[in-house]
Amino acid sequence: MSPLAKLRGAMARARRAMPDIVGPVGRRWERLSQWQRRPFYVLALAIAVLAPANSVGRIMAPASDWKTILFNPIGVYILLALGLNVVVGLAGLLDLGYVAFFAVGAYTMATLATHRHWSFWLVLPIGIILAAFAGVILGAPTLRLRGDYLAIVTLGFGEIVRRIAINTNSLGGPRGISGIPHPPSIGHVKALTYGVLDPKPYYYLLLAMIVLVIFVGRRLERSRVGRSWQAVREDEDVAELMGVPSFKFKLWAFAIGASIGGMCGVIFASKQIAITPDNFPFLLSVLILAAVVLGGSGNIPGVILGAFLVAWLPEYLRDASFGKFVVRQVHHVLPRAGSFSDLRVLIFGGALVVMMIFRPEGLLPSRKRRAELAEGQGGMGSLGGTVVVPPPEESK
Amino acid sequence: MSKLIKPRYGAVLLVVGAVLAAGCSSSKKTSTTGTTTAPTSVKIGFIGALTGPDAQLGINEHEGEKLAIAQHNAKSGSTQVQLLDYDTTGSGTVSPQLAQKAITDKVVAVVGPAFSGESKTADPIFEQAGIVNITASATNPKLADNGWKYWHRAVGNDNAQGPAAANYILKKLNAKNIAVIDDNEEYSLGIADIVRSTITAAGAKVAVTDHIDKNAQDYSATVNKVKSANPDAIFYGGYYSEGGRFLKQIRDAGITVKFVSDDGAEDPKIIDSAGAAAAEGALLTCPCGDITKSTNSNAPSFVSAYTASAKAAPGTYSAEAYDATNVILQAIDAGKTSSKDINDFLSTVSYVGLTKTLKFDSKGEVASPTVYMWEVKGGKVVFDGAVDQLIGG
Amino acid sequence: MHNLIREFWPSTVDGLTLGSIYALIALGYTLVYGVLRLINFAHSEVFMVGTLGSLFMLHAIGVNSPQTGFALVGVLLLMLLAAMAVSGITAVLLERIAYRPLRRRGAGRLAALISAIGASFFLQEVVALRYGRDLIAFPRVMKKVTLFKIGAGDVRNDKLIVFVAAIVLMFVLERFVNGTRLGRGIRATAQDAETAVLMGVNIDRVVVATFVLGGLMAGVAAMLYGLRFENTQYIAGFVPGIKAFTAAVLGGIGNLRGALLGGLLLGLVESYGASFFGSQWLDVVAFAVLVIVLMFRPTGLLGEALSRARA
Repeated sequence: MSPLAKLRGAMARARRAMPDIVGPVGRRWERLSQWQRRPFYVLALAIAVLAPANSVGRIMAPASDWKTILFNPIGVYILLALGLNVVVGLAGLLDLGYVAFFAVGAYTMATLATHRHWSFWLVLPIGIILAAFAGVILGAPTLRLRGDYLAIVTLGFGEIVRRIAINTNSLGGPRGISGIPHPPSIGHVKALTYGVLDPKPYYYLLLAMIVLVIFVGRRLERSRVGRSWQAVREDEDVAELMGVPSFKFKLWAFAIGASIGGMCGVIFASKQIAITPDNFPFLLSVLILAAVVLGGSGNIPGVILGAFLVAWLPEYLRDASFGKFVVRQVHHVLPRAGSFSDLRVLIFGGALVVMMIFRPEGLLPSRKRRAELAEGQGGMGSLGGTVVVPPPEESK
Repeated sequence: MSKLIKPRYGAVLLVVGAVLAAGCSSSKKTSTTGTTTAPTSVKIGFIGALTGPDAQLGINEHEGEKLAIAQHNAKSGSTQVQLLDYDTTGSGTVSPQLAQKAITDKVVAVVGPAFSGESKTADPIFEQAGIVNITASATNPKLADNGWKYWHRAVGNDNAQGPAAANYILKKLNAKNIAVIDDNEEYSLGIADIVRSTITAAGAKVAVTDHIDKNAQDYSATVNKVKSANPDAIFYGGYYSEGGRFLKQIRDAGITVKFVSDDGAEDPKIIDSAGAAAAEGALLTCPCGDITKSTNSNAPSFVSAYTASAKAAPGTYSAEAYDATNVILQAIDAGKTSSKDINDFLSTVSYVGLTKTLKFDSKGEVASPTVYMWEVKGGKVVFDGAVDQLIGG
Repeated sequence: MHNLIREFWPSTVDGLTLGSIYALIALGYTLVYGVLRLINFAHSEVFMVGTLGSLFMLHAIGVNSPQTGFALVGVLLLMLLAAMAVSGITAVLLERIAYRPLRRRGAGRLAALISAIGASFFLQEVVALRYGRDLIAFPRVMKKVTLFKIGAGDVRNDKLIVFVAAIVLMFVLERFVNGTRLGRGIRATAQDAETAVLMGVNIDRVVVATFVLGGLMAGVAAMLYGLRFENTQYIAGFVPGIKAFTAAVLGGIGNLRGALLGGLLLGLVESYGASFFGSQWLDVVAFAVLVIVLMFRPTGLLGEALSRARA
């Protein structure tokens, strides 16, 4: 048996072994009824509420400030991923320029709060509406395009928004906007007093929005809209024939996804104090998309997990001591890698490839998405799905 | 669809488990330079890019700070100072969390942030927490207008560099018709706009205004504009990578007029990106002087000590960071070990450093900064002297 | 408007030059898309490593000054071969490692896209961590001289080579796809993969061939890029890659002639746009034109059909 075949065999075994470790737990979970699951939801929320504790931070982010990281990138990525999930996961539309809506929200907050001195609580709904409007503006002319065309158009839209921000003097140009006020505090509760030094109130604000988005998202998913999205995702032509106005529902998905991005942007801007166009690079769109797919497109817990990992791992691995060992090992191949931080993007890239090879459906896929994958459709059409060649027989 | 946990989440546990296991061996500390953590020790920080594409400036400053602290700690009887590193990778979205981390670490003062963008998001946090911060290279003038009490700048800002560059072009090069190009970055546009307004105010003409796209490689459109406007001189606001690339395309198009740029381009790497032939004669302004050419009697010993510890010659802003660190260390030597005391000390100090006398005004700016001119000659960036003297003499 | 009139001819020359490079890269996107319906996001990195390939060839043969006559032709050919070899091999490896395992599992296209993005990050970082993040300069191997003028536009030798090479290669490629057995296999698979399999087409071979062809074209683009701009960088593939993808879509993705048309058109649009509105609006103009074209022709200017790529 050749070493290559051996490796292939080992990989195949690893692939099969992986799901079985906790399979029974998962099946038991599926048998639970809605109200039996409630305690678990409460538990998850409790964990989220208690997360900013210092003791947690010492384990989770030894080399950085855990509470700040919990807000950005972790919380921000989770909220953005939940928003993008509506577009990509539920409606099956490929959006490579999602960061544009995040930028619209952030700039709405920055402009209205610094020029007009409007309160955060007033700007928040305006930012959401403007972002949704931006989603409609982008969607209306382009949503009739097929998936891949949509991808490049959305990518272009993301760049156009960033460029406009850079080139418009009233938006501060490349200097961006600074001096963005914090939300006015509510009462004298510490968790609702927004200032520079304590990131915790922002985290709780973001957490509240995340819970809200999850709640609304699940409602939507099980509504007529959600079922229409599913139909459009699986086969747009058939859906259209069955009387689903696919364009309308795709536009809804865009608007809803965009409004969540905008909401996140408003909160981000008020915490950040100063924003520049550099805060909204194409890379961020890609990272959020990676988070959605990595976690399990279409499945809310999966998306949250994916976003958490994408946001947290690079921060966690900053200056980890085993990193020095890794750096030494790769030194003769990658001499410019001075510290483990330098290797983070490289490892992230490699991990994306490996993850997609072993779990193309994501870490926590939704059951429907798994079924679609099993049919070789993958929801968005599959890569040569019609020309699937069965994997080679494992050599003995 | 409504499941929180799916049957196949073994992989998740595996991944998370593996990562946590790996992380258990991870260090809790950022790199430290101080030898001991005696009870009398004080922590100061460096904040700026140490890794990533824009790290060179940060590394230069970090080495300067490291050297100052090592020399300080070696003196007998001095309060031991520990250096903590906060690597922002130059990003304004990463800098707040590290500023916050510095608070938790009970750092009393930091040198940095190195760039203006990251300063805008991190400095408000330092200000609120009352941590002394001295930047050695963030030259955006607007940083001084925030009313920050703990913020200081150990280098001249773009308001000094812009007019100096413009006056050099007008008076020394005798140009009347000048193309002013920038890369539309915050820093570059800042300088270029000041150059434009100085030129217009002096009655000369800005022949071309254009903003290249930093990410593009082909600057033909801008080159064509410059060529058809036929200017007497070109000013470019930006960094060495794109600046060099632009310069090469300018020369290839047969445009031979003088090319002037700023401290972002003041780096030997501009010769790599432009090619030695195209780069020849390029003029680069910088609030940084040449420490190896300095008349300061302490400069030679700094250069040799720096070269020994950093294993490289002092780079742009190494000496400025060294000065910034030393002024903090002087406060510590004077028994000021709290942020508040150090800050009060800085408001009255007049410290004769290697690069200049550090005397901060009420805004935190250093008094009367000098702008120097550098020039590419024979494949090297060489020091010409102070711009004022070059124009005058 | 004044600017545009004054700079019309120079803009045209530069736009066509840049557009030629876009077109060559766009061919790779179009071929792979035609066969696999997959956006090969890592194609920009295939291009980027090609630039390094031609640079290292120059280092290997020790050329660091302008050449003339046969020596120049030899040097250029060696650069070309090196770039094509490196890009071609990278493209094949990419298919093997990042795509084929997914294809075998019947994974979704979204998964393939993420895998491609991962591979793209990986390749960029390998180059960055090995050769640094600064620009890497090429020595000048050919003296740049103006051959003739069109209006105010200087037609320089390097620009002319880029343009001519792109057009010639375009037709070579089209001949290959239309005239050879393997080319027929590619077209058959693009048209109907299932039937192609039934008819005895070896899908894996066809897929590899598509990646190789795309890689070779990216290699050509890389060498021309090196000749024209004389530097490269770990991130050098990013913008040309995105623009080439835009060009492919503009012309009709999956359509070889569409890639050429889209590339040249995009080059011109960017050049005129930058001249008229200012360089800072270049991306906005490019993408705005894309959106407008797609609104009226949802499958690009020439429509998508690798299978019907004949004249």
